Amino acid sequence: MPAVSKGDGMRGLAVFISDIRNCKSKEAEIKRINKELANIRSKFKGDKALDGYSKKKYVCKLLFIFLLGHDIDFGHMEAVNLLSSNKYTEKQIGYLFISVLVNSNSELIRLINNAIKNDLASRNPTFMCLALHCIANVGSREMGEAFAADIPRILVAGDSMDSVKQSAALCLLRLYKASPDLVPMGEWTARVVHLLNDQHMGVVTAAVSLITCLCKKNPDDFKTCVSLAVSRLSRIVSSASTDLQDYTYYFVPAPWLSVKLLRLLQCYPPPEDAAVKGRLVECLETVLNKAQEPPKSKKVQHSNAKNAILFETISLIIHYDSEPNLLVRACNQLGQFLQHRETNLRYLALESMCTLASSEFSHEAVKTHIETVINALKTERDVSVRQRAVDLLYAMCDRSNAPQIVAEMLSYLETADYSIREEIVLKVAILAEKYAVDYTWYVDTILNLIRIAGDYVSEEVWYRVIQIVINRDDVQGYAAKTVFEALQAPACHENLVKVGGYILGEFGNLIAGDPRSSPLIQFHLLHSKFHLCSVPTRALLLSTYIKFVNLFPEVKPTIQDVLRSDSQLRNADVELQQRAVEYLRLSTVASTDILATVLEEMPPFPERESSILAKLKKKKGPGTVTDLEDTKRDRSVDVNGGPEPAPASTSAVSTPSPSADLLGLGAAPTAPAGPPPSSGGSGLLVDVFSDSASVVAPLAPGSEDNFARFVCKNNGVLFENQLLQIGLKSEFRQNLGRMFIFYGNKTSTQFLNFTPTLICSDDLQPNLNLQTKPVDPTVEGGAQVQQVVNIECVSDFTEAPVLNIQFRYGGTFQNVSVQLPITLNKFFQPTEMASQDFFQRWKQLSNPQQEVQNIFKAKHPMDTEVTKAKIIGFGSALLEEVDPNPANFVGAGIIHTKTTQIGCLLRLEPNLQAQMYRLTLRTSKEAVSQRLCELLSAQF
Amino acid sequence: MIQAILVFNNHGKPRLVRFYQRFPEEIQQQIVRETFHLVLKRDDNICNFLEGGSLIGGSDYKLIYRHYATLYFVFCVDSSESELGILDLIQVFVETLDKCFENVCELDLIFHMDKVHYILQEVVMGGMVLETNMNEIVAQIEAQNRLEKSEGQVLG
Repeated sequence: MPAVSKGDGMRGLAVFISDIRNCKSKEAEIKRINKELANIRSKFKGDKALDGYSKKKYVCKLLFIFLLGHDIDFGHMEAVNLLSSNKYTEKQIGYLFISVLVNSNSELIRLINNAIKNDLASRNPTFMCLALHCIANVGSREMGEAFAADIPRILVAGDSMDSVKQSAALCLLRLYKASPDLVPMGEWTARVVHLLNDQHMGVVTAAVSLITCLCKKNPDDFKTCVSLAVSRLSRIVSSASTDLQDYTYYFVPAPWLSVKLLRLLQCYPPPEDAAVKGRLVECLETVLNKAQEPPKSKKVQHSNAKNAILFETISLIIHYDSEPNLLVRACNQLGQFLQHRETNLRYLALESMCTLASSEFSHEAVKTHIETVINALKTERDVSVRQRAVDLLYAMCDRSNAPQIVAEMLSYLETADYSIREEIVLKVAILAEKYAVDYTWYVDTILNLIRIAGDYVSEEVWYRVIQIVINRDDVQGYAAKTVFEALQAPACHENLVKVGGYILGEFGNLIAGDPRSSPLIQFHLLHSKFHLCSVPTRALLLSTYIKFVNLFPEVKPTIQDVLRSDSQLRNADVELQQRAVEYLRLSTVASTDILATVLEEMPPFPERESSILAKLKKKKGPGTVTDLEDTKRDRSVDVNGGPEPAPASTSAVSTPSPSADLLGLGAAPTAPAGPPPSSGGSGLLVDVFSDSASVVAPLAPGSEDNFARFVCKNNGVLFENQLLQIGLKSEFRQNLGRMFIFYGNKTSTQFLNFTPTLICSDDLQPNLNLQTKPVDPTVEGGAQVQQVVNIECVSDFTEAPVLNIQFRYGGTFQNVSVQLPITLNKFFQPTEMASQDFFQRWKQLSNPQQEVQNIFKAKHPMDTEVTKAKIIGFGSALLEEVDPNPANFVGAGIIHTKTTQIGCLLRLEPNLQAQMYRLTLRTSKEAVSQRLCELLSAQF
Repeated sequence: MIQAILVFNNHGKPRLVRFYQRFPEEIQQQIVRETFHLVLKRDDNICNFLEGGSLIGGSDYKLIYRHYATLYFVFCVDSSESELGILDLIQVFVETLDKCFENVCELDLIFHMDKVHYILQEVVMGGMVLETNMNEIVAQIEAQNRLEKSEGQVLG
């Protein structure tokens, strides 16, 4: 008899499902669903109390509708009601609904928690399991807070049934993963370790999962598990295939448990006890030996299970990295799998070999498989497998085989799947750089890369080749010659034009002696590509031209003609037009000496981590890498208010050029001097025609954004519109501060009756003292006036003061208000402390009123370095190596006010997958925790 | 940890969707669609693992799937799980369904969605492997069934 009886389901449900299935169109389906939703809604709202069965039926229908992809926004309350039913089936569907459609309504959560509490206390194992399942499936912090303390007790209680123990272990694991701070270690840990000896294999499996997770952060609490795990593993491995009865899967004894035990052992170094270690090595050898035995079954399940254990064994051997004999055997085993007919095994073998390649004992052994791997790259039908082959080639590459591997990757690139091209490009570029003995080989490789896969060559790659050519003078002539030749191709990739333009601009003189590449020919060659290129490339080429004017005086007239043409001087693109105007002017008025100084050869780049390496790491493992390029770019956007120009313009001839001003070249249309907020000007236009003289203007739109930007920094532009720019410079020390406010008149007309006023609300007034002197009521056109504000923080505060400015401009009255970024965190003094101190203090501040937590979505890219800079800018000390999880950030500091000092601890936990952060603030004062949390949350 | 378990048919119609990591509903729908497109374009007889789609976390996660007649069973897992182990777990789940429904087919999943969830719950809990012993799982389901019978179903 089947375990599920098919006949006696809920008929109403079956009818509804059939209706849906019979719908001929999407519209008909939606119509039917809406009808049903309306029906259920009215039933739920109706006066007649529904019996448990009906509720169950409707909840089930809602689940089905949800599965079809429709949002369900009601029914939660009915599901919660089912939880308190005495009937198992009703309870069960209630829990299912809640686990699938998690709702964060706090009132509901309170009711759910109540029901769970009752079921946990019921001593009915079936109900207890349902409750534990629900906690584990939802896994929210609220549930953690409510139950984290109870679960360990249930787990180790002597009278708990096996199924309850099993569920409790996983439930605890889930809560620990979600909120580790809620699950303190205690005397129960020792008893959990002993569950490894439990009779019931299901309990052991669950316990191993739990311990594997807990021991990562608390290795000492669980270190006794190693010997227990080894003996358990040894018993399984040496058992006959039938000993474990039901836990034998296709003739393999307890494969899942074995895999889990082997994973657990990978959390620890090799056992120190010689007996334990001997027993373990014996196990590992047995597994390797069994791999050579003929299979006990032809079924794929048999070989899967067997090999799952084998791969995990190999991982453990690689993890120990101390037994050369085992490492070589592992490598040979993987070598066999590389040619196995099962694709899955080839995939996994390539993957494991990648880690094996980094061990000094086995690196050479891995290298012997190079031909097989190259062959895999060429012949595998499956892109996932080819991807692994690329990874392995990258991992096994060293100086001896780099030319071969790079050549193979390049030739594979011609046919590679689009999805992995960019990664291969990065890898080739890195290997070529890392193992280049001869830099001409490097240059050739990169140019080939651009030729074959120009679209996938990211900025980082071609920046890097230029950095290297500039830093190595032995290769510059060769590079110039090679790009010159490569540019001869009738159609070349734009990236090649960029590299070519840059290199010829710097080193074209090195090949100019050859009549075949005379200056004029070089220029015509580049200019023939000009019109096909995008604006940034054209901008770069214009810079090359002006460098040519310096390098080769004989082509100056030709270049001036080009710059003078309407298509340059009157180009619709401001950047191009500006460059053309400035360069033309520069070439006309500047003497040769000045020209030579301005256009001098680029100085060598400082050595630093390759930006491509950073990019690759970022692609492969987010969160682990600091991407220098990105940080740099982020900052420059802040300062220049626009995307960073191509590297050419970082040379002395860059556009908003201070050097041009020094030369007295007249008024070029310069870029805005200060940072206009990148949100764009239009959002900042204050109503200039407003005439309500006495009223304080509402806060200027967009000023909120600017305000937030000042939380972590002290200087910059606070506000800007067509008339007025307000800049700030401030410094703070303990509870005192001084702020310089600069008012710039952007027009050529006077501002009259110019009156800035600082306004503190009634709440703020007693807590913050601001003192300043009035400024001159007349601000001349183009002039800047300064105002000094002395600040004293008397007590902690939440609001920010408002700066209101009123003035007359050309007969109209102007009124602007902005929030002045004086925030509580400005009075932070960083405090360094060791991990132990930090956690001790953290615990001392465990009162619920002292902690404020916020979980929020990342608004900016989650970059470690930027985050660190923000935390430091915020004012607290950034404490390294305090949080056991290196991805988290912790900080500490003291807020100084006149009346008191408030110690603050903070912890920021990024979750890259979800693109979320969790920020926790603990201070001795609730309002302070609250305010700091608000301020800092807005920064990410 | 298992992030999500998705079962859909050859046309991408979801038949069982279970997330163990919190995603907003509309993202859940997108993940199902993205995953479907990722596995659909793969031939049979190539490897059963691939990198996760962008929505579910990209290369840190793997999709491990099996294709049975009209249905795809896809488990999205992080690096703490053994690929082959999960592949076998899918088999255990399907064999269990087969035992419970006697020759399970797509229609059983449609009309007994709740039951399928209950069976899954005996195998995976909160994203972790709970039980791998098929007989034990079937015994649990039978016990549930007896409870259901004893509570006296009214047909409606």
